Amino acid sequence: MLETLDQIFVSMKHWAVGLFPDMLQPLVSGALSVAAIIGVFGALFAVTTIFERKGLGRIQNRPGPNRVGPGGFLQFLPDGIKALIKEDFVPQAADKVVHFLAPVVFLIPVLLAYAVLPVGRNMSAVDFDAGILFFFAAGASTELAVFMAGWSSRNKYSLLGALRAIAQMISYEIPLILASVTVIMMVGSLNLNAIVQAQEGYHWVLPRWFVLTPWGFAGFFLFFIAAMAESNRSPFDLPEAESELVAGYFTEYSGFKFALFFIAEYFGMFAVSGLAITLFLGGWNAPLSFLTWVPSYVWFFVKLISLIFLFIWVRGTVPRLRMDQLMNFAWKFMLPMALINIVAAAVWHYMGGGWTRWLVCTLLVVGPYVMLGQALLEHKQVSRRTYRFAD
Amino acid sequence: MSPVFIILALVTFMAAAAAMTLRHLVHCALAMAVSFVGLAAIYLQLNAQFVGFAQVLVYVGAVAILIVFAILLTRSGEVSNDSIVAPGWVWGVGMAVVIFAVIGWAVLNSPGLPVEAAEAPEVTVRQIGNDLMTRYVVPLEVVGCLLTAALIGAVVIALRDREGEP
Repeated sequence: MLETLDQIFVSMKHWAVGLFPDMLQPLVSGALSVAAIIGVFGALFAVTTIFERKGLGRIQNRPGPNRVGPGGFLQFLPDGIKALIKEDFVPQAADKVVHFLAPVVFLIPVLLAYAVLPVGRNMSAVDFDAGILFFFAAGASTELAVFMAGWSSRNKYSLLGALRAIAQMISYEIPLILASVTVIMMVGSLNLNAIVQAQEGYHWVLPRWFVLTPWGFAGFFLFFIAAMAESNRSPFDLPEAESELVAGYFTEYSGFKFALFFIAEYFGMFAVSGLAITLFLGGWNAPLSFLTWVPSYVWFFVKLISLIFLFIWVRGTVPRLRMDQLMNFAWKFMLPMALINIVAAAVWHYMGGGWTRWLVCTLLVVGPYVMLGQALLEHKQVSRRTYRFAD
Repeated sequence: MSPVFIILALVTFMAAAAAMTLRHLVHCALAMAVSFVGLAAIYLQLNAQFVGFAQVLVYVGAVAILIVFAILLTRSGEVSNDSIVAPGWVWGVGMAVVIFAVIGWAVLNSPGLPVEAAEAPEVTVRQIGNDLMTRYVVPLEVVGCLLTAALIGAVVIALRDREGEP
């Protein structure tokens, strides 16, 4: 009974595919997977926008949207309709073709990245041997779309926003990939399903997730910070800093093209959170041994929504960085920490069992963290910030 | 030749041709990125996943961005009205034709070697990894050291704060 509930979507798909003639089956199977991904994550996007606006409102002491539907929870419907029927405005000086293509080129790789994410037991659209490489390759191609949007608008704000975005995405891609290298080393596979399977099983009731090891803990935090920067979310939202650049690289977009950028950004955030879950948080595995009866996809989405909540929480509470702080943080802190973390993971692997490896690896992670922090703060005057009016 | 291959080859070729003939340098760079993607798709079509993904990751994600940045930082936005072909193009075409004729003549007149159809190897990512870690471990280590040194070197250059900065 529990088994069927866990596999219900898989068996439903097999049943639906079986209705078609043999020749059409691969096509139907692909179309069904794509439809499921777009439908489920599209719905999640709609819910997240409202969740985010309500959550930010709560953090900032205001009600947030509260007019449409019960408690304002249907606000996404008028927003979507508005985006669809709004006038599509293209600046006269813009490079029309590139300007038109940019949002599309931005959205396609983001959607492609979902193909390899295992959202439940036996539930990933394609099972590539080099799945994680596919994910990063898809993620890396969005940078060109950002450039296309910023450059083709012929607007200084757009171009500045695009340059900032690309510099930021390239800088944070290095710690992002280096942080996930530890997991690849440990599992010995680039396949995302194999990575999830490596985290199956329990010590007593606690799970064997990688985040519960010293290197995995450090890796998860490095990955999560880099993921936040990759998806251009506050406190790393310099590419679209409203007070400086209007809206950054999509200043000159309106109507549904703007909505496409918006959707692609959120989809990118979900995808990279999904990868964080797969790599460090045990994928679709249950968090405690007596909870394994809950279907696997439920756990994946519970973890995904928790991470999204973390994103919203950070956005509501942390101020935006300055450009030099952003770059310094990536190159002087994240990069050395990620490199040291790889060494820690290797030590963990070769020390075998026992508590000594916990001690050594914890020291290997915490020591450099403290030393780097002190060295970087050495000549900076850091004092408590005082607020004249807020206290 | 499957229809998929023909489509991919056409896209790659047309993008490469566009990269050479378009007037605006940024358009050329973008067209080149399209031809990179086309090449990656051809690799994927040949079941070479690793090479295909690496092609996208390195060429589209890094090289194309580098080229675009170089264009933006060195050129102004003006498009020159000069002809797209260099003045001495007649000589160039003449030379190309002569060289092609010579090589073609040599090829046609040389004795043909018997060609055996090579068996396509089944290359998995695991095999690539095993080979990299056993047979090609020294080159891999050398390249790894070089790249890590470059990475750390870049940070060291950037590490020096300017005088008087808070």
